Amino acid sequence: MTSHPFGAVALVGVHNTRQARRLPGHDSTSIALVGALGALADAGIAPGQVDGVVGPAAAEIALELGLGPCTRRPSALGIPALLDAAALITTGQCDVVLVAAGGAGIHTDASSTAPWTRPANELVVGYGLFTAAEFALMARRHMITYGTTPEQMAAVAATIRTNGHANPAAVYYDRGPFTVDDILASRMVADPFHLLDCATTSEGGCAMVLARADRAADTPAPLWILGGASDSFGPAYAVAPVWDFRPRPDDDPAGLVGARAARRAFAMAGLAPADVDVAELYDPFSFEIIRQLEAFGFCAPGEGGAFVEEGNIAQGGRLPVTTDGGTMSFSHPGINAQQLQRVVRAAEQLRRACPTNQVDGAEIALCSNGGAGALFCDVVLLGRERP
Amino acid sequence: MSTLVPQPLGIPVPRPSLLAEPYWEGCRRHELLYQRCGACGHAGLRAFTVCGACLATEPVWERSGGRATLYSWTVVWRPPNPTFVVPYAPAVVRLHEGVWMISAVVGCEPEELRDGLALAVEFHPASDDVVLPYFSPTSS
Repeated sequence: MTSHPFGAVALVGVHNTRQARRLPGHDSTSIALVGALGALADAGIAPGQVDGVVGPAAAEIALELGLGPCTRRPSALGIPALLDAAALITTGQCDVVLVAAGGAGIHTDASSTAPWTRPANELVVGYGLFTAAEFALMARRHMITYGTTPEQMAAVAATIRTNGHANPAAVYYDRGPFTVDDILASRMVADPFHLLDCATTSEGGCAMVLARADRAADTPAPLWILGGASDSFGPAYAVAPVWDFRPRPDDDPAGLVGARAARRAFAMAGLAPADVDVAELYDPFSFEIIRQLEAFGFCAPGEGGAFVEEGNIAQGGRLPVTTDGGTMSFSHPGINAQQLQRVVRAAEQLRRACPTNQVDGAEIALCSNGGAGALFCDVVLLGRERP
Repeated sequence: MSTLVPQPLGIPVPRPSLLAEPYWEGCRRHELLYQRCGACGHAGLRAFTVCGACLATEPVWERSGGRATLYSWTVVWRPPNPTFVVPYAPAVVRLHEGVWMISAVVGCEPEELRDGLALAVEFHPASDDVVLPYFSPTSS
């Protein structure tokens, strides 16, 4: 018997569906189902053994796969969905839980940015705000305070897009490699973000399966949750994204959202940032990686720009980041699947199963979701050894 | 030259919430209102029912003098939909009363935007019913 809060649950199956600019014939639920069946096959678990489903389409998937009666959690996204699924098992509510997500058939108006980038909240809609502008307002404060440069941000985008260039499963496979100059030469979207500093949009699904630890022995490659936590400062894209917004006078400001989550995750794992072999960070915009590296303790405040410029986040560097190409190059199918895909990639790394960009000997992976522009940030640490 | 100007009629406009209706009514009168806690004076990022600092439940509306400093900005060249005229400069400004708000800077070139730039509010219609506060540089 283990005393670790997640010691009784294993991540036993993961799957990404094919990702593409368009997947004709699919909607978000149908592509999530493709992901679900893939993850179950990966785990070697029959659908009938699933007794819990987590994700926006949880009830639909329960119906489609004939799982009733079963537990359903329809609201959680990304890493929190993974942690909720794990908690359903550790608290004895379920034995095998499926987390599935997909995005398809949502972005159909080519004259506008994707619908999920432009929520019509009353204080922002009239000023033409959208996700790129919201994240730019956070990046600007970092530029003012620390002198962070567009070249440093472009170094992030060039690294991650080059990772996608090398990944046969990426939507933008074989489109590079990319240099800092390539990023800076792309057209400006929302200063300081050029087109290639920003996430792409695409379609696809993914899923994962968690199981009670005693059942994991029958699965080919179980992995373990070492720590996880989430931070929020309020609703995304509804109020001003203020770096120095500090509701608790003695705690971190909104610009460091995720710092508390990372501290809690590392404490739960008994690990430190130096123990992480690969960081599958959420990359909606290039600056966000610089911010997360500082917030999570991989470098000191203000040093993120130099850290990325020195090549530390590239393949072969001290901390390879977002090795599948992330939302910039691998895929960005909406509001949920691309967040879970950080976990799928971490699992592939820890299984040493990446066809390209494998980090040698990866034992510990950190994944993140969200970002300062959205006022939330989630962190999970995964490993090969049962905690 | 690409002087920043207010957006034309036809952009997506806010649907005022019940809590924020006094704010939007103030804008129609060209008055910039913000909300403070009636007990401790705390101001939030939007209209509220419970004070985030002291938990009192009697917020009051006050009128801002309309002066602010520029806190953060971006210059958008690729808008979320084609009704917006580029470039435009969404911004976070800090009112002299200590309140942060989302707006946009107009009346200058993008190159003139800098941390701490002194600003004053001005009002421009966004539709028949909605008036938006913008901020432009001021010499004093």
